[in-house]
Amino acid sequence: MEIKGTELFVKALKEEGVETLFAYPGGMAIDLFDALYGQRDIEVILPRHEQALIHAADGYARSTGKAGVCLVTSGPGATNLVTGIATANYDSVPLVCFTGQVPATLIGNDAFQEVDIVGITRSICKYAVTVRKREDLGEIIKKAFYIAKSGRPGPVVIDLPKDIQQAYGSGNYPEEIMIRGYKPNTGVHEGQIKKALEALNKAEKPVFLIGGGVNIAGAGEELTRLAEVTGVPVITTIMGKGAISTCHPLYVGNIGMHGNYASNHAISECDLLFSIGVRFNDRITGKISEFAPDATIIHVDIDPASISKNISVNIPIVADAKLAIESLQKNAKPLNIKKWVSAIMKWKKDFPIHMDSRPGMTPEMIIRKINELFPSSIVTTDVGQNQLWTTQYLELNENRQMLTSGGLGTMGYGFPAAIGAKIGNPEKTVICISGDGGIQMNIQEMATAAALELPIIICILNNGYLGNVRQWQEMFFDKRYSSTCLRYRKSCQKNCNNPGKACPPYIPDFIKLAESYGAKGIRITKTEEIEEAFKMADANKSGPTIIEFMIEREANVLPIVPGGNALNDMIMEW
Amino acid sequence: MEKSMDTLKKRWICLFVENEIGVLARISGLFSSKSYNIDSLTVGETEDNSISRMTISLTSDDRTFEQIKKQLNRSVEVIKVVDYTDIPIHKKELLFIKVNKCSSSDMEEIFRIAEVFTITVSDYDKNTVLLECVHTETKNNDIIKLLEKSFPNRIEAVRGGSVAIESISMSER
Repeated sequence: MEIKGTELFVKALKEEGVETLFAYPGGMAIDLFDALYGQRDIEVILPRHEQALIHAADGYARSTGKAGVCLVTSGPGATNLVTGIATANYDSVPLVCFTGQVPATLIGNDAFQEVDIVGITRSICKYAVTVRKREDLGEIIKKAFYIAKSGRPGPVVIDLPKDIQQAYGSGNYPEEIMIRGYKPNTGVHEGQIKKALEALNKAEKPVFLIGGGVNIAGAGEELTRLAEVTGVPVITTIMGKGAISTCHPLYVGNIGMHGNYASNHAISECDLLFSIGVRFNDRITGKISEFAPDATIIHVDIDPASISKNISVNIPIVADAKLAIESLQKNAKPLNIKKWVSAIMKWKKDFPIHMDSRPGMTPEMIIRKINELFPSSIVTTDVGQNQLWTTQYLELNENRQMLTSGGLGTMGYGFPAAIGAKIGNPEKTVICISGDGGIQMNIQEMATAAALELPIIICILNNGYLGNVRQWQEMFFDKRYSSTCLRYRKSCQKNCNNPGKACPPYIPDFIKLAESYGAKGIRITKTEEIEEAFKMADANKSGPTIIEFMIEREANVLPIVPGGNALNDMIMEW
Repeated sequence: MEKSMDTLKKRWICLFVENEIGVLARISGLFSSKSYNIDSLTVGETEDNSISRMTISLTSDDRTFEQIKKQLNRSVEVIKVVDYTDIPIHKKELLFIKVNKCSSSDMEEIFRIAEVFTITVSDYDKNTVLLECVHTETKNNDIIKLLEKSFPNRIEAVRGGSVAIESISMSER
């Protein structure tokens, strides 16, 4: 029996096990929405902006391990996805994005709401395709899900012209697919594993450097066992944090621009760097020529193009992190590196990351309270200081997960990602840590969270600044606070770097804003109020709660490795 | 580890890709987005009309070239990447050169050059000659240089970029 393209679309989603669809309608998607109407197996979520929509799908995907699925209309609906596609692409998040398109016969005519979304997204997604024939529809959707989820995961764009949606054709949805140009690596090269183990066993000062690939592969347990068997200390990137419990005695901390002293120094002094699922981007390496100068470097990654891209690798292993770690574990043995480990752990103890609490409430206290109160939770961050503090102080393990835009650094990510995470994990506490800048980039999603009665705890660390840029201006630009003050009004003097009591009140009033959505808003100014506020927010099960923390205006993220410096050339205090 | 300071070298890649709309843009976009420069790129359907074959030449160091091959391999639309740099291949490029405002002695000179360099005279009239050169890129460079020197500001050249295929005998190049 022949069915419409839209009906095959719905069938395909069901066969792929899609339970949640993040979707925003429009003229070129209206037929698809009609087919979704009354479907009981697929919950359709209506965010208030397409950018937030795709971040929500991203948060859903990262927190459930399933593909996040988006549906938007053509033109502006499609272009509003762009930032979210790039965000997911950088952090290897499986997304399948359907965009409506003008009828195939009109493509190229500059029709109303026509854009070449496949052309626009080509360099920021794993695969993008326009469906040009109705008979290809099923195969293309099957392909999209397979590509998005396999190998190094990533976003896929399917552009669906309206006439294809309406056309009748085969109702068959393929069970399997063969793509001749796409064969993700599935095995492990045992010879390379053997070489890697030989190098590891010879090492006197080895470390593991763990990236997001280990979390994506779900290889945390295996990694922990490998670390325990060998006794080799573990350092993570921001994206790799949590792969091993951050309370584990072998865990050192995060490497990089805002990593801790012990991690950055251990990397600089190690003689063997065993890296798994990392990309060695500039925030991690600092000055490339002085990165791990004495080390033999082993790099496990599922993406061959990530290996030796930025850092020359001595022993490359192209493999899924889980399979590689399992294989390593079989022949791993304890190393005699007691002195090295205790040196690192002494650094960790002597140079902890800590914020000066003399001025009052600090982000550290807020985040440590989350550690204490919410053992089973998903914490999303926005981008900037709020994110960096979270990556420094949040304790992670198999029960507490952090979602953050690590690669692209997308402001506006945190709140919608929390919505997606909560939808995918209704039993977990979901907390969004944002700044007063980033939250305003997708603040309209208060409506989505309120309408869906999602009890998300939104922490706004309000310093009245775009704090991370302000910090750089303070440290590297003679305190010239150019366009970073969010309290600025017309009545202020033009150039100001003296925040104080005379500053105009903050707009918007986040408490009133919360209330206008029928949500709860709590403003906190003192340390003693933190716990109480979290408890009140936790007790509110009927919708989102905003907790606005009035933090010190010029608090900085420390330590910091200034751009271009070697990793161990850090500013510890300011 | 220090970034290796490899010397630049001419490279050849043979690329088998899906014969679909947008694939050429994907490949050329990949080069531009990573700041890799292409010397020449040719593309055409193969004996199987679902597959196109590209011949790409570029100049790069070893490390960048390795990265380029990996990036190409990673594209879903790319079926196979073959490095032709150091293997015996046949490669040829089509070059048309028009020489304008020729006197009769110029004509004689051009016909002589054509004979020596195995160039076909494909068209001519009283004062214009059209030459068709099917040679390697390097030899075509030489031909252009020679004609430009002999007939300054009077030549018009168009070249198609090289196509390449593996040699049958290992000695032939």
